[in-house]
Amino acid sequence: MDTALLIEKLVLVVLLFLVSLGIAAYSTYFERKLAAWIQDRVGPDRAGPFGILQPIADGVKMFMKEDFTPKNADRWLFILGPGIAMFTALITSSIVPWGTDLYLFGRTIVLQVADFNIGILFVFGTISIGVYGIMIGGWASNNKYSLYGAIRASSQMISYELAMGISAITIIMMSGSLGLTDIVKSQHGMNWNIFYQPVCFLVFFICALAETNRAPFDLPECESELIGGYHTEYSSMKLGLFLFAEYVSMFVSSAIISILFFGGYNFPGMDHFSGNTLALLSVLVFFAKIFFFIFVIMWIRWTIPRFRFDQLMHLGWKVLIPIAIINLMLTGIVIAFHEGWFLN
Amino acid sequence: MTAELINWILGGLSIGSALMVVFSKHPIRSVLYLIVTFFLVSGLYIMMNAQFLAIVNIIVYAGAIMVLFLFVLMLLNLNKATEPKTPLLVMLSSVGAAGIFVLVLIAALKDSFIQKSGQVAGNLNAGMVENLGELLFKKYIVPFEISSILFIASMVGAVLLAKREKPIID
Repeated sequence: MDTALLIEKLVLVVLLFLVSLGIAAYSTYFERKLAAWIQDRVGPDRAGPFGILQPIADGVKMFMKEDFTPKNADRWLFILGPGIAMFTALITSSIVPWGTDLYLFGRTIVLQVADFNIGILFVFGTISIGVYGIMIGGWASNNKYSLYGAIRASSQMISYELAMGISAITIIMMSGSLGLTDIVKSQHGMNWNIFYQPVCFLVFFICALAETNRAPFDLPECESELIGGYHTEYSSMKLGLFLFAEYVSMFVSSAIISILFFGGYNFPGMDHFSGNTLALLSVLVFFAKIFFFIFVIMWIRWTIPRFRFDQLMHLGWKVLIPIAIINLMLTGIVIAFHEGWFLN
Repeated sequence: MTAELINWILGGLSIGSALMVVFSKHPIRSVLYLIVTFFLVSGLYIMMNAQFLAIVNIIVYAGAIMVLFLFVLMLLNLNKATEPKTPLLVMLSSVGAAGIFVLVLIAALKDSFIQKSGQVAGNLNAGMVENLGELLFKKYIVPFEISSILFIASMVGAVLLAKREKPIID
């Protein structure tokens, strides 16, 4: 391992960390503005011009509030919960390919922190660990509403992980590789997976909403039934970490959706550019796609009412999983036909 | 050298957390230590260049099965007062059974330690997805399919047991 590579990756990691947090912070502002616009209100407009400093004000407020730990809470697990939630939300971005290669100081810089052999499975690994943040936090609070939130979160995640995994397998079959870089490269130009797999995209998108606990699947924190769900007992920045982790994972899941179905950093006419121009443009295009999906997720939150828990389970097990399996089988048959299995 | 050091650290930590699973007083703590153990074992898999096995271990065991364990334990709300008293005879016999199990494990693994140094160098990339897939779907296709049928049978059985309480109307 040479030093230049180490420095390069370190810079990338720090940059990624700051960008994730920055986007998550401004997503909160954007979400409130969007909600205001949809509900015909003004939204935050006091802090700075157009309320642009609102996220900073929120952050300062979160830090200044009293950090309260309930008397009967499990102290260490109470601290561990929000930490795990934030950790798993942030670590997923390490595998995302952000753009084509950059050429700086005579070196080829790959805009990806780590390209694992297992690729997309790493994303599923972090998603499946992500539920522990909510479960441990909810249980350690020693509050029945928190416990209900934790239990709902875990059953919801396990149910939707299956359909999500099966729809991802379809994409893996299309590109013939688990690596996210290969999946992106197989969608060169305008050859995006969404045109071949619209059903698969729909299933994956619904599951992504459920996995990030976004409305209409925000049952774990459902304030009309469970007060605040798993974070009822949390205050100060611990609550802030839980809320923030949701926005970070929204950003990362938008990135994953764009990679799997909308070609990642690919855009039509990308062959006319090369070198650093292409790298810069590809990063911009990728972020444009990510912002679009963040917008769609927010738009859904302020449009569709929350599901009931039995409806959620019904949708997951009896609708999405069968659709995903049928889609997987059809894709397999078509691919086998293409490879010439039925010709002789 | 570094790799060997990491191996030793991971091994030591995983034995330590595995012991904590047994010695923790609280069942939830035990499950959490078990999850930590799975992570450390996955680390060992990565050191053996078996990335696929490592991540599947995390997704399936740490991510799904342990969530269900935790789920059930949280619902049961176990504590000192509700814990059933175990008779001395049961305790003694379980210690005996565990001892015999350890004996069998040592007997089974004692030869593998000697062969290890020669065999690991055989195929460094055996744990990669492509090679594992080739192996599972070509050489071991029959046992692979049979085990998946076994899983389906157990799933159907579980659903059948769960649904049994409904009155059957003919």
